[in-house]
Amino acid sequence: MAEHLLEVRDLSVEFHTAAGTVKAVQNVSWHLDRGETLAILGESGSGKSVSASAVMNLIDMPPGRITSGRVLLNGRDMLAMTAEERRRINGARIAMIFQDPLAHLNPVYTVGWQIAEMVTTHGGAARDAQARALELLGRVGIPDPQAAMGRYPHQFSGGQRQRLMIAMALAMKPDILIADEPTTALDVTVQAQVLALLEELQQETGMGLLLITHDLGVVAEIADRVVVMNNGQIVETGLAAEVYRNPQHPYTRKLIDAAPGKGQMPQARDRSGAPLLRAENLHKHYGAFHALKGVGLTIMPGETVAVVGESGSGKSTLARAILRLDDPDSGSILYRGQDLMTMTPRQIFGLRRDLQMVFQDPTQSLNPRMTVFQLISEAWVIHRDILPKAQWKARVAELLVKVGLRPEHAARYPHQFSGGQRQRIAIARALAMEPKLIVCDEAVSALDVSIQAQVIALLDGLRREFGLSYLFIAHDLPVVRDFADRVIVMKSGQIVDEGPVREIFEAPGHPYTRALLAASLDPDPEVQAARRQARASQEERIPA
Amino acid sequence: MSVTDIQTPSEPRDRSTFSRWLSMLWADKLAFFAALFLLVVVLCALVGPLLFGDLATRQNLRGRNAPPFDLSNGWAYVLGADALGRPLLLRIIVAAQNTMMVAAGAVLCSAVIGSGLGLVAGYSRKRAAQWIMRLGDVIMSFPSLLLAVIVLYMLEPSVANIIIVLAITRIPVYLRTTRAEVLEIRERMFVQAARVMGASDRRIVFRHILPVVLPTLVTIATLDFAFVMLAESSLSFLGIGIQAPEITWGLMVSQGRQYLTTAWWLSFWPGLAIILTTLSLNLLSNWLRIALDPAQRWRLEMRGRRNG
Repeated sequence: MAEHLLEVRDLSVEFHTAAGTVKAVQNVSWHLDRGETLAILGESGSGKSVSASAVMNLIDMPPGRITSGRVLLNGRDMLAMTAEERRRINGARIAMIFQDPLAHLNPVYTVGWQIAEMVTTHGGAARDAQARALELLGRVGIPDPQAAMGRYPHQFSGGQRQRLMIAMALAMKPDILIADEPTTALDVTVQAQVLALLEELQQETGMGLLLITHDLGVVAEIADRVVVMNNGQIVETGLAAEVYRNPQHPYTRKLIDAAPGKGQMPQARDRSGAPLLRAENLHKHYGAFHALKGVGLTIMPGETVAVVGESGSGKSTLARAILRLDDPDSGSILYRGQDLMTMTPRQIFGLRRDLQMVFQDPTQSLNPRMTVFQLISEAWVIHRDILPKAQWKARVAELLVKVGLRPEHAARYPHQFSGGQRQRIAIARALAMEPKLIVCDEAVSALDVSIQAQVIALLDGLRREFGLSYLFIAHDLPVVRDFADRVIVMKSGQIVDEGPVREIFEAPGHPYTRALLAASLDPDPEVQAARRQARASQEERIPA
Repeated sequence: MSVTDIQTPSEPRDRSTFSRWLSMLWADKLAFFAALFLLVVVLCALVGPLLFGDLATRQNLRGRNAPPFDLSNGWAYVLGADALGRPLLLRIIVAAQNTMMVAAGAVLCSAVIGSGLGLVAGYSRKRAAQWIMRLGDVIMSFPSLLLAVIVLYMLEPSVANIIIVLAITRIPVYLRTTRAEVLEIRERMFVQAARVMGASDRRIVFRHILPVVLPTLVTIATLDFAFVMLAESSLSFLGIGIQAPEITWGLMVSQGRQYLTTAWWLSFWPGLAIILTTLSLNLLSNWLRIALDPAQRWRLEMRGRRNG
């Protein structure tokens, strides 16, 4: 058997927690060769990052313990090496980039200094280090590298910071680059650029790339082989295209089926009659920053309107303005013909019952010190006339069943639930008000793909049952494809495209919509390959 | 709309709430004994002066500075006697009342006023918030002892006045901590969610913000308890605190100071009482912080089950 660049054999890691021993990964084996991209695919809690942490010596021991297995780098067992030897390998031969570059860049040093430090810690001369840092900044596509050397991390955008992290990782020309969810925090258009950069650099240097991700689209775009993990075990491994075409394990099949953007798109509906909500010409400034530049939208009763845009496009500001959490500077918001902007606080209070919101991160939007019963029944404490107190208990149980939980969950606290279950609690809380319109601000972005599909199905079912309307804020187009009636695309505080969902997806009018659609990653590797080809030929025709 | 509007549905539990809390207390042995000790101190404070008031003030010049652990004079002299031959054990028991009254009163007043002002300063964006903060700065820039000396020089040095003075000097500690925490919690998502539901400001402050700040405040208050006891003793030392024949532990420590080389027990025993009380409060507040946090509570419930 040929020697692999990096091989993990029968690795098992467990963590000792107060609640008992947790087996994070069990008998995990994979290998990585030169010039190859291996993706480890799994949802949160699947143990996908643990084997990479073992390679990088990042597992805290205790509470962690490697119970079995070997990590072979060119045939040498890294787990048997001394700490000093491992330090020499980390950064120099194996480098790593992380999900949140801002958290991994030191805010008090210039980026030039930080990249140069990588070289000097591994024994390079200070002057060479400076030159190398400059060269790397140019290579990863930072504009004006000379000036960028002296800047601090906060002066760069999210995508640029990830480029900086890549530059740091590449400083010592490593044989292996481990990327842990490198593009999860980035906008879709930026994600495509960063992935393209990674692929280019890999072809240039011939390094092995280990990619840890939850996103089938990322796997389809960049990976040669894929390892699918669930509950600490490898359930399937093979060529990326092969696994997608012909998944063997039920879990893999479930993951592929859960990927959004494959179902039937709803038919365009009749939009005559009185709108539920109409916003016109909204403006909002934050200091000198013009967040909303004359935005307007209309929501009909029973309709789902999706607002899609990248970070900083003003989509959340729009949602907060409609709920009057942040008052817009000018414009009008009419709810059933009444102007929200001129209402008295007392009238607004009555209106709160009809307009509810589900937030992005249920961990933060549920008060950690209240039980589920208290969280849901708070609606009736505030609005006394909805339900007499004697019926609260029965109604909470009913709502919990409605969102797919059990009545006995009412006595528990939010931390005792998983992320998807918490979002269900948040939805139950919104339903307790018996609202007409629910604003979902990135309500499914923080959830795993399979959970995401369940929550969207739940929202869709509730809409039909109660005749609700949704204003659905998202940063990703495929998520809204099966769900929304109308799509509004926003960019830097303005609406650039608007229409029924079919029109947006099948015949996008605006170039930005087309760019967004092109940048979003399809879970099918063949589709992605075709798109890459198309992009490459386009670039040849129009030289940059 | 009151804070206690929402109740947890009474689940079929085989144990009552009281016994559940008791078993959580038993799970943390240190906190359990701390609670026991504090119970004894409180009992002393309540009934001590009634039972031993006369005995504790009766002078016995033949037994001046009698050493401890000598039972020939009777059980009251087991911890020795002070410079006027009064039994130390009884004096400590009797002094518990004044000490507890001053310390608890001052800590309670400063905590309630300070955190109340802090909630206002943190939650409202109005000008009042600015005034409150500048007021805190003014108090902080004044040496607290100097302030106490001036006030007590003008007013009668009574227990009530001492409580007021000590409370005023400690207000900024709670004020600043509360404001800083509120500023952060106010922006959290669950506060936004409550606003979307139409919750009133009062409800948001008392139902959503205060419970999150409370553990921090309790911890500060217990630490402050020791500080206040010592501050009171230094006031007594300067002659503007509690006046003899009234006694406090702090006063006993400072009275015994001139005999430290010859009769260490005069200062040692009341000093020990101060240390044990503050230590117990700290242990108990640490337990309370865990017991009040739903995400941490399992530590106590688990340990109780496993170790019995």
